[in-house]
Amino acid sequence: MQAEATYNYKVVRQFTIATVIWGVVGMLVGVYIAAELIWPALNFDIPWLSYGRLRPLHTNAVIFAFGGSALFATSYYVVQRTSHARLFSDGLAAFTFWGWQAVIVLAAITLPLGITTSKEYAELEWPIDILIAVVWIAYAVVFFGTLYKRKVQHIYVANWFFGAYILAIALLHIVNSAAMPATFWKSYSAFAGAQDAMVQWWYGHNAVGFFLTAGFLGMMYYYVPKQAGRPIYSYRLSVVHFWALIFTYMWAGPHHLHYTALPEWTQSIGMVFSLILLAPSWGGMINGIMTLSGAWQKLREDAILKFLIVSLSFYGMSTFEGPMMSIKTVNALSHYTDWTIGHVHSGALGWVAFITMGSLYYMVPRLFGRTQMYSVPAINAHFWIATIGVVLYIAAMWIAGVMQGLMWRAVSEDGTLTYTFVESVKATYPFYAIRLLGGLLFLAGMVIMAWNVTKTISTSKPQEARIPEPAAAPAHA
Amino acid sequence: MDVDLIHSFVTVFLFAAFLGIVWWAYLPARRRSLELQAMSILEEDDA
Repeated sequence: MQAEATYNYKVVRQFTIATVIWGVVGMLVGVYIAAELIWPALNFDIPWLSYGRLRPLHTNAVIFAFGGSALFATSYYVVQRTSHARLFSDGLAAFTFWGWQAVIVLAAITLPLGITTSKEYAELEWPIDILIAVVWIAYAVVFFGTLYKRKVQHIYVANWFFGAYILAIALLHIVNSAAMPATFWKSYSAFAGAQDAMVQWWYGHNAVGFFLTAGFLGMMYYYVPKQAGRPIYSYRLSVVHFWALIFTYMWAGPHHLHYTALPEWTQSIGMVFSLILLAPSWGGMINGIMTLSGAWQKLREDAILKFLIVSLSFYGMSTFEGPMMSIKTVNALSHYTDWTIGHVHSGALGWVAFITMGSLYYMVPRLFGRTQMYSVPAINAHFWIATIGVVLYIAAMWIAGVMQGLMWRAVSEDGTLTYTFVESVKATYPFYAIRLLGGLLFLAGMVIMAWNVTKTISTSKPQEARIPEPAAAPAHA
Repeated sequence: MDVDLIHSFVTVFLFAAFLGIVWWAYLPARRRSLELQAMSILEEDDA
């Protein structure tokens, strides 16, 4: 079969397998540092096992290695399938795979060694930042080049979300990583003081907004209708959803810097735009969930749909919680507490990981010439174990966070603080134990998925899919 | 013209552009074609 007559599934398969591997690794590091918070001696007095060095390794592994590989895999799959065209360049696509894996390996080496810019979610030093920029530009060329050579007139909405995420991340990464190198492994930010903080959280919040939201909404708009066998509830709403999100997200970053040296009006703008964000976020969530309207029984029968629809429920929950936490008076209680950790994980585990798992369970059999995964009961087991894990995790962190906030602000009649900081740490221990249990369950679910994917792959062979002839393509598409 | 005024114009323009997109998407004449776009991914062969 001629290459141009088939889709490039090779790079999709590579990124899919990488997603599963990095998911296990990233979550394992997360569980380890959760255990360190209960038993600090687990760092064995080895600097590169200390919490401060492993925590950025965990966040980089789950966001950029697990989430990033999932986004590459699904965007390459979706753009080809909806464009009826092979990827723009097989060579560049292969470069994005090996380049992205090189970035991940370099992160895994440098972060435990303490080589860091100290910017959250942008810790990697300048040589790696340059590699990321080069890989990302190649990614943009492959993605938009494929759209350019598409055989159908319409660009399906999922591709708008993927395209926006690719463009926005390029902009955010290049601006926020601007730095003056001092040595090969040390650089200083091009920005200073409050401006540096502002740029950092413009980047940080939009890493959430475009990497962890827009990209995964691209997944939602393809895999939910495909798995449900029904069109998205409202395509018109998806158009408005896209533009509302794009117009709004870029402004919300300053809510990370309430009550800091950032100008008051900037903080207020961040808060107002965060509240406005509730509308497009819930519009998208309702659009996804209502796709099952009239066919809710599918949720009982279909384990993959459970992942996809429950992910949207968590998306709705965390995008309600986020705007509430951006209100300055609420933020005064929640900021710097474990409530923030609970909020982040309801989004990261409940939304990002669940939509990824559902999408991969849909895609893997099709990439390897099967009708379904090796074990459907294992998908069900994964779903329930992971769901219990998320609930335990976020409930523990919510309670711990509110408790910490209240203890830190409690004042005795004589005006002194009622509790010392150490007392609040001691009171948090039981919740750290529950969080560890939740994390262990979520990791166990991911290990089940890795086993299921391995068995699916080992009992089948890679599948090539023929691109429909233009005449066979729907006339309106 | 000071920069604040330019910022105000840009903000109003972008908001008007957004309202224009909403109007475009919800035009009754657009309904059928957008529904067909939504169906397009279900018509492809999954293999």
